[in-house]
Order: sequence, then structure tokens, then C-alpha cells
Amino acid sequence: MSTATLSRVILSHLDWLESEAIHIMREVAGQCSRPVLLFSGGKDSICMLRIAEKAFRPGRFPFPLLHVDTGHNYPEVTDFRDRRAAELGERLIVRSVEDSMVRGSVVLKSADEPRNKHQSVTLLEAIEEFGFDACIGGARRDEEKARAKERIFSFRDEFGQWDPKNQRPELWDLYNARSFKGENIRVFPISNWTEIDVWQYIEREHLALPSIYFAHQRPLVRRGGGLLPVTAVTPARAGETIETLTVRFRTVGDITCTAPVISEADSVAKIIAETASTTITERGATRLDDQTSDASMEQRKKEGYF
Amino acid sequence: MSAIERFPAEALPDNGLLRFLTCGSVDDGKSTLIGRLLFDSKTILVDTLHAMKRTSERRGLDIVDLSLLTDGLQAEREQGITIDVAYRYFTTGTRKYIIADAPGHEQYTRNMVTAASTADLAIILIDARKGVLTQTRRHSYLAHLLGIPQIVVAVNKMDLADYSPETFARIKADYLAFANQLGITDVRFIPMSALHGDMVVDRGEHLDWYDGPTLLEILESTPAVHSEHTEKFRFPVQYVCRPQDSANPELHDYRGFMGRVESGELRIGDAVTVLPSGRETRVKDIQVLGESQARAVAEQSVTLLLADEIDISRGDMIVKTGELPQVTKQIDAMLCWLSESPLDPRRKYLLRHTTRDTKAMLAGIEFRVDINTMERQTAERLAMNDIARVRFKLAQPIFADPYAESRGTGAFIVIDESSNNTVGAGMIA
Repeated sequence: MSTATLSRVILSHLDWLESEAIHIMREVAGQCSRPVLLFSGGKDSICMLRIAEKAFRPGRFPFPLLHVDTGHNYPEVTDFRDRRAAELGERLIVRSVEDSMVRGSVVLKSADEPRNKHQSVTLLEAIEEFGFDACIGGARRDEEKARAKERIFSFRDEFGQWDPKNQRPELWDLYNARSFKGENIRVFPISNWTEIDVWQYIEREHLALPSIYFAHQRPLVRRGGGLLPVTAVTPARAGETIETLTVRFRTVGDITCTAPVISEADSVAKIIAETASTTITERGATRLDDQTSDASMEQRKKEGYF
Repeated sequence: MSAIERFPAEALPDNGLLRFLTCGSVDDGKSTLIGRLLFDSKTILVDTLHAMKRTSERRGLDIVDLSLLTDGLQAEREQGITIDVAYRYFTTGTRKYIIADAPGHEQYTRNMVTAASTADLAIILIDARKGVLTQTRRHSYLAHLLGIPQIVVAVNKMDLADYSPETFARIKADYLAFANQLGITDVRFIPMSALHGDMVVDRGEHLDWYDGPTLLEILESTPAVHSEHTEKFRFPVQYVCRPQDSANPELHDYRGFMGRVESGELRIGDAVTVLPSGRETRVKDIQVLGESQARAVAEQSVTLLLADEIDISRGDMIVKTGELPQVTKQIDAMLCWLSESPLDPRRKYLLRHTTRDTKAMLAGIEFRVDINTMERQTAERLAMNDIARVRFKLAQPIFADPYAESRGTGAFIVIDESSNNTVGAGMIA
């Protein structure tokens, strides 16, 4: 907090963003009967847990945590996810895209198709199973242009669809989380944060992160202008040379569509310096699934994606 | 685009966050202005810039079209219009900015009202060749109605008006003439060419006769406050924390009242009154994450502990004793209708004010405002984008202040319970 003006103390930008996010989470708790917080073990959702602590401690969270697991996640991240939920003493629900595949509600075009977009199906199944009326997620408006126009409280119909032409007006801090049975509200408390805000918050709050966010050695191949990690799920193709490079992940998600960047940054401070000087957008660098077309995120969101 | 340029290494003062609104149509160069702010503040990254370059070349342009940055949704590109408010972000290292980019056309009044509701400052764009237009009046009226304290008039496309000081002076005089009628007092004017970057972030080379600040200098120095009035403490209770099932016996009697300070300031020991009960007590503690802090200030989310056991739930309000808001079951307000279904005087609606919901019925429409001429008209019903002075009767009392004094406790929304849609936005007189 900076010094007072005559009549008013001005909050620092992080204090303001944090306070807004706390307010939003408390509105969910006050307005919704069965909310859930999506927690993947990624950096944005790690910030969300901190905000939930500030919003509700010394009480318990008024919602469980849910992870929709593609089955293709880095073990460092899922281990972190389980450990963090246990430390907080909060209930973690994991639902898997692979279970939806067994049920037949998800059918892959090919065995190595990225499963990210199929998370929508598993999420909707979990919403139905538990009767969740609100899902709190860590999406940010700066990530992608389809998100730039999304409300903080975003209404989804029974099919989980987002209709960009028919959004509820959202004025002041008066949020409308009302829904009928079967419908759902997606809530994004850190809508107004940018990637650098997230890193600054992680530094300020001393938040622990999965190790793959920091520089480490990893076998990779170069393909289509990008670096792809070589894993059991994503082996090298014939003729490709495997190199071991020092890299870190800027986003973590499904192994098949999340690529690292070359980096020596092994601390949050170094990541902030690097993020501030980077010349490539977060998703542009690392999300292979957003580059399919100009409107790929918009399309996925209409289909129920977060 | 080096690290040093964008984020100087030494600690800079943190001047918090400023939210501003840009009003104007694409023709005024609004998208170009936003693109320029993001570009010159080094917010645009290389892959985005490459995509913009490719598209610009494909469209036969020899410079990068910065307006492509604010290119919207597929649905909007198909129709060639901007449907909705978009939010964009940049930082100067000393301040973070949130831009609410609202479409300019009349039928999108509701979007402009939405964008204006959270803004501390409005930039109103005028095309130097066209001067003050009907839409300029409309945007100014709405910015003023929504209580935006700072208005900046950007006279853009000066490059197409020979950078003429006379043109700028004439537009300024025209604008002030009607701004005075509206009661707008705090206005600043900047001559600008967003296309060439004159007076946005850099001064440029063409406007030597103008010695005022650039747009970014104004943004950097504008106070992020919504009201010049002495603020009264207002704390709508969002949620009550009672962890009595906890294993920790010290928490058995814990009753924390959680919320965000809408205005004013509170210290431990202050005398407070709880509404609607009217019960008085003192502040025992102010906490965040179990840690005490001596005071809570506007816009902070905190947990209050009180000295006496009082029954308090969501929708109640904690205020300082002796600084009570109006406790009322009838309100006069300016209402903007947001829904395609007209306001129906026979129906009951849900009114949400702070964290409190109550049934509401229209008790009368005093007049409707023609937002192009500012004329007052009689009206029986209200359609989408209409703005009117109305009276509502409420089933339960609310704890209200005039909107002009406090946005947080002067604003309300109207919800249609048959659709759950937000259908109206109101400002208490």
C-alpha cells in the first residue's frame, strides 16, 4: 500500500487485483449453492487457492476443488496438485477424460489427438454428477482475444455453451450468478490479471510451484518451428534428433499440446525479469492448440471449454 | 523491446491501477488509439505484431494497422461490427491500466454504460475533421451520468486537419459549450494523431504549439478515485465466517463478517452500527488471513470482528455510528434499460443493491432522456437502451447513498427472475 493522499489510501495494483478477486470469490460463496473451484496445479490456479485462503480463512473453503485430468499431465504437476490440496485440508475431486473415453462420451479422432478440448465433456459430466451451479476458474482476459470480451460471471446454458452475442450485462461490482437447474455460471476472479501480475503475486506471496515452471533439463525435438518435449506420450518421430536443453514451462497443461521455452530462469525473480522482457505472448509460445485458427479459442469456448 | 525499456530494474513507485474507458466509433480512430497505447508502451509482443503485419500486408497497407489489435470475435468480424465491451491491459511499470473498449453506436448504449460503470476516466474521441457530433454528446452524457470524474477529449486525426491550432480551439469551444450545460466541469483536451503517435505516448513532431500533457502523462497523473466527497465508511456484508466445526477450540466463538470496503476507512475500536437492526457495537479486530491490521481502507477485502454478539448475515451493512446511509423502501433513480424485453410496469423485478436483494416494482417514470438531444420526454414503458428517471417501491429496505456521492452504495441492477437476466442498471438520485 502506498502513502495516503489527502482523503484516500491508494491500493497497489496487486492489492487491488487481489481484493477484487477475493470479493468475487465471496460473491460466489454468497450467491451460489454448489460452487466448485477448478484446480489443475498450474500457476493461475495456485494463485486462486491463495486468494481462496484470504477470502475464507479461518473457515474452510465453501467449495471443493476439481481437476479435469486429461491423463496426459506431467507427474510433477499432478503430484503438486495432490500435495497442495492435502496441505490446505480441502477436498479434491479428480475426474478424468480417460473415464469419459471409457464411457464413450469422448471419442478421439486418433490415439495421439490432444485431449485438451475434450476436457469440456468431462467437466460437463462432473458438473452434472455433483450438481455444481458455479465453476470458479483461473482464466484471464489477457490470454486470448475471445477471453477479452468475457464476463467475470459468465453464463453457460445446459450444454455448457458460451454465447458471445448474448452475455449478461455486468456493471459495477454487482455480479449476477443466478441460474436455473442444469445451467451453470463460470466465474473468473483473476480476469483482470496479466501474466506478469500472476508472477508478481507468486513472488509476493511466496507461493510454491511445480518444478517444471523453473529451468530444468529436458529431452526435446524441434518440430514445426517449436520445441516439443519427448515423453512416453509424445515420442520422437523417425528421423528427428533428440536434444537435451534447459527449458521451463510458461503454461502447464496436456503434454501433447504444451511446449516449454528455452530458459535459464530458475527462480520466480528471474522468471519475472524474463517475462517482462519477453517478446512472445504466453499462448503464442506454448499453446499449440490455440494456433489452429484465428478463432480457435472462441470456438472451444462456445462448445463449453473454460 | 528490451527488459530495461519495459520494466526498469529499480523499484518504481506503485501508483496502483487506473480503469479508463474509450468512447468513439472505429471511424474516430479508437482502435488505432488503443493499439498505439499498447504498442508505444511495449505491450504488444512480437508474435502478435507479426500476425498484424501479415494481415496489414494482405490488405494492401504499407504500415502496420494498429487497429487490428482490437479486432474482435469471429461473430463480430463476420458482421463487421463490435458487439461488446472488450477489456485490455497495459502497464507503464508505475501503474497498471485496464481499458474498457466500448463500441460507439447508439444501439450499444448498454455496452457503454457497462464499460463506464467501473471507469475512473473517459477518453472521448473526436475526429478533427468532423468536430463535435451527436455521438460526442451522447458519450459525454453517459460518461457523466455514470459518474466518471475525469473526462479527456482527444481531438484525433489532427494529421488530416493540417495540425491546425484553430481547428483544435474551435472544437474545444464547441465541446465546452454543451459540456457546461450537462454540468461536466473537469475536462481536458488533447490534439492528437493516434495513427502517427503524436501526443499519445510520445509528443511527436507536429504539434509544437500544444504545450499540455500527452495522453499517457494525463493517465499517469490522474487520481484513481471515484468521488471527491468525504467518504463515509460502507461495508456490505458478503459472507459470514463461522468455523465452529473446526478442531481449533479458539475458533468456536469466531464470527467474522467478510466483505469489501465500498468507501471510507475503519479502524479497530471504531463505533459501528449494523443495518438493518440498528444495533451498535465496536470493531474488535480487522483481519486478512488471520492476521490483524489496524485499519481497513476503501476497496480492501477484509474480515471484521465485532465486540458484541449481533446477528448479522449477508445483505446487512456495517457503517460507522453517526454516518448512517438512507434506510429506504422507495428510491428515485436514473435507470438504463438493458434488455430486449421492455420494462413492464405490472411486473415485479428483483433489485440487487450492494449484497442485498429485494423485490421491486416500478412506481412511475418521471421522464425519459433522449440521449442525442438531452431532451426530457414522457414515457409509459422503457425499451432497450432507454434512459429514464424512475421511482421504485421496494419490498425490503436498502441502505443507500446518492450515486454522485458513492458509486458502491448508489448503484443497483435489476434482474428479471423469469430469465435471471440483468435487465436494468440504476443510479440512485
